[in-house]
Amino acid sequence: MNCIQLVDLVTDYLEGSMPADQRARFEEHVAGCDGCTTYLEQFRITIRLSGMLSEEQIATDARESLLSVFRDWRTTA
Amino acid sequence: MMLVERYQPAMLRVAMMYVSTRAVAEDVVQDTWVGVLKGLDGFEGRSSLRTWIFRILVNTAKTRGQREARSIPFSSVWTADPDAEPSVDPSRFLPPGHPASGHWAEPPAGWESTPEERLLSKETLAEVSRAIDALPPNQREVIRMRDVLGWPSADVRNALDISETNQRVLLHRARAKVRRALEGYLGSERERNA
Repeated sequence: MNCIQLVDLVTDYLEGSMPADQRARFEEHVAGCDGCTTYLEQFRITIRLSGMLSEEQIATDARESLLSVFRDWRTTA
Repeated sequence: MMLVERYQPAMLRVAMMYVSTRAVAEDVVQDTWVGVLKGLDGFEGRSSLRTWIFRILVNTAKTRGQREARSIPFSSVWTADPDAEPSVDPSRFLPPGHPASGHWAEPPAGWESTPEERLLSKETLAEVSRAIDALPPNQREVIRMRDVLGWPSADVRNALDISETNQRVLLHRARAKVRRALEGYLGSERERNA
């Protein structure tokens, strides 16, 4: 397994949906690769940050996207 | 009545993913209950009642959201193309022919130097929120259910009626893009402060 393959498999790894031999190769690679260690860590932080978003933020997003649709509509109309 | 009380908060949160205001979300939830009551006779018990209710909710909310924002087409295509969308720009890896082909040419710079309070700041969260908002709709709804609302994989698969593999692919692409947005955001900020 090399780095370019590993970055596509991070969610499979975190979901525990890998066969045991692939999992072993994944962990072996990460143990010897600083770049992939950093990548895996950033993936975990990203998931944690998403979990900190409030429900209000989701609602605001939907409202903003709707407003931008109206803005586009008004400028093109 | 107990059923309504138990599911109402979660149903509202999900409805809010698709529509613009709380009032419309409340409407969607109400319409869902009407749909549930109407369909109850035909409910065959092949899935749990909860799964079935959330499936009706998602469909009701999607239809309503589409009507609200007619110019944003919701993707009806669920099958993800496995060849599309690499997690990381391929130019960041050593090219074929190089002795260490496929290994990082430009590895990600760690975020350890970013202070914790900066990483968890409102501004960073706003960046995460913007990145999620910019995702294709099918990736967006999966990452919101899984990572923002914290639903288990089985619940998301059931509510959206998608396979485990498909859910994992959509979730991975969504996370990879949010990570990339954060890398750009935190990186450019470091340069400004340097």
